[in-house]
Amino acid sequence: MDFQIALLLGQDGLTNGAIYALLALALVLVFAVTRVIFIPQGEFVAYGALTLAMLQAGKLPATLWLVLALGAAAAVLDSAQALRHGASRRLPRILAVNLAAPLLLWLLLASVDLAGLPLLAQIVLTLAIVVPLGPLIYRLAYQPIAEASVLMLLIVSVAVHVVLIGLGLLFFGAEGTRTPAFTDGALDLGSTTLQYQTLWILASSALLIVALYAFFGRTIYGKALRATALNRTGARLMGISTTMAGKLSFTLAALIGAFSGILISPITTLYYDSGFLIGLKGFVGAIIGGLASYPVAAAGALLVGFLESYSSFYASAYKEVIVFTLIIPVLLWRSLTSHHSEEDE
Amino acid sequence: MKQKKLLAMMLLAFSATGAWADITIGVTVSATGPAASLGIPEKNTVALVPKTIAGQKVNIILLDDASDTTTAVKNAKKFVTESKVDVIVGSTITPASLAMIDVAAESETPMISMAASRAIVDPVDAKRRWVYKTPQNDAQMSTAISEHMTNSGVKTVAYIGFSDAYGEGWANEFAGVAKARKLEIVANERFNRADTSVTGQVLKIIAAKPDAVLIGGAGTPAALPQKALKEKGYKGTIYQTHGVANNDFLRVCGKDCEGTFLPSGPVLVADQLPADNPVKKSAQEYVAKYEAAHGKGSVSTFGAHAWDAFKLLEAAVPVALKKAQPGTKEFRAALRDALEGVKNLPVAHGVFNMSPTDHLGFDQRARVMVKVEGGAWKLVK
Repeated sequence: MDFQIALLLGQDGLTNGAIYALLALALVLVFAVTRVIFIPQGEFVAYGALTLAMLQAGKLPATLWLVLALGAAAAVLDSAQALRHGASRRLPRILAVNLAAPLLLWLLLASVDLAGLPLLAQIVLTLAIVVPLGPLIYRLAYQPIAEASVLMLLIVSVAVHVVLIGLGLLFFGAEGTRTPAFTDGALDLGSTTLQYQTLWILASSALLIVALYAFFGRTIYGKALRATALNRTGARLMGISTTMAGKLSFTLAALIGAFSGILISPITTLYYDSGFLIGLKGFVGAIIGGLASYPVAAAGALLVGFLESYSSFYASAYKEVIVFTLIIPVLLWRSLTSHHSEEDE
Repeated sequence: MKQKKLLAMMLLAFSATGAWADITIGVTVSATGPAASLGIPEKNTVALVPKTIAGQKVNIILLDDASDTTTAVKNAKKFVTESKVDVIVGSTITPASLAMIDVAAESETPMISMAASRAIVDPVDAKRRWVYKTPQNDAQMSTAISEHMTNSGVKTVAYIGFSDAYGEGWANEFAGVAKARKLEIVANERFNRADTSVTGQVLKIIAAKPDAVLIGGAGTPAALPQKALKEKGYKGTIYQTHGVANNDFLRVCGKDCEGTFLPSGPVLVADQLPADNPVKKSAQEYVAKYEAAHGKGSVSTFGAHAWDAFKLLEAAVPVALKKAQPGTKEFRAALRDALEGVKNLPVAHGVFNMSPTDHLGFDQRARVMVKVEGGAWKLVK
């Protein structure tokens, strides 16, 4: 291996690692706030990328129907609950958020020429379709059992994952798609070249991480999420709604997932089921961070990216084995060094 | 008078049993799971086959095995025990088909697989007596590639394939023919269907400076190494396998696929075949049927394997009907024999000439070399 190859591999590892890092952060966030091990995180990657591809093909994305259906279900449940508690003045808000907003989105999508829109508008529309799936899934699948054990939440996660994969095949078909790069071409760095899309990924990831940092450190909602993560009961006593915290964390997870998908779909072909493996690698990063530490999880995800890139050069047939075997020494090390607390089980 | 009445009643009774004994075909395809892009066109094709063969009504039971071996075997067992099928068609992929052989042989039911591996029908032993298949052997396709390589002066080749049965099968198959033709394999790499990057493998291949690269992948995932090779400035010839022969591959690969060579069944370029080619008419028939139902450009070579399986049945069932009634053990045995006797049957992928030692029956008419030109498949003369 000469210096140039090492450089190219490093660049590749950094690009993938940045995406894994974003997903690892989302996983840590969701777990810290709701104790849900969010296996369907990767599905948002695929949904984001494929929804964008469908928009660019000028078709009404099938994910929209899912938003409408889930929104209607959530509206029914929330309305019934509100009526039971005699709080009928909450009804207009429930209906506006869960029913009217998706319907407006539908009208908007149906009235414009989707394929002719500028890329930025297409991305915004994609996010507007996919991100609401996060809080809706939380409302329907997790909120009713928010106090259940971690194991039960994990089992529900598996179920949600399988459902989303199946719907993905129905929505997008078995074949993969690629979307055009944000900026075509590459930067010439003498001995090597750097694709502009790679720069986009690195810059967007860094920006998103800084934005998350600011969100958690400076805003009242971010602080509420952190408070819930530290102590659910205490946060509730302080008047923080754990339901709100759960929905917010799922919204952020869906946003991060869908945006990651949009970022990488110009550099690789994505399929309805490719999100799972990408999410799993982010999960390895999150495990390295003990599902608790954001910086360690991000660093772990970068490590996964580099390991993947270099092992694909040396032993491509064993690449996945090498990446996922990483988890064993990490778990061993964590179980030896950390003092395990039993309070949550 | 009374006798006549009796005769009439008996006739009626017989014709009633005749109507009861419809031909039952159990089809299992991988319409979901990793092989869905192959299984879906097969499923669509099954809907287009004739509803009667030789005047007998055909009942088709279609099940999805989700590209899963266990489910495929379960489906096959269901076919033979519950539905008492006369013939099993399926499955889409090799591992599932191999596992189904036992069910077919045990219940003495003929089976026509739509998976590619030679191991499904070779050697024709006590169990594989009952098994036929319609896709070309990988060996036929790899010989076509190596022949084209030597003819265009290629000396060194790099291989990159799926890290699964398909990629391994091609790696072994190609290593064999490459040795015979004195092609040197300078790099041998693997990648996953779901990989987001193959930079490492591609850099290693480029460092080995091969004259040509063979990509052993199926469907749109095979576009990933090709795009990476072009992006990193590889200038040599790129070969793909027939696993990519559908239009989704062209859509995903775009301009990076220009000039790529691949072997394929003649159905892919049916309209470009010379008029004296025996396959032209039968291939065009399938393309016309499929595109009438699913739109222009929707046809793929995978669906044609299912079409060919039913073409085989259309040829064999009338012969078997002369010996026994459908729904009986004798009919299944007669159908097996009749399938073995199919001769000179032009279908979408070639011309079948079955024999007791060859349960595929394709010759070199079942493959052509195709080049990607201007975003379309072009027959290489």
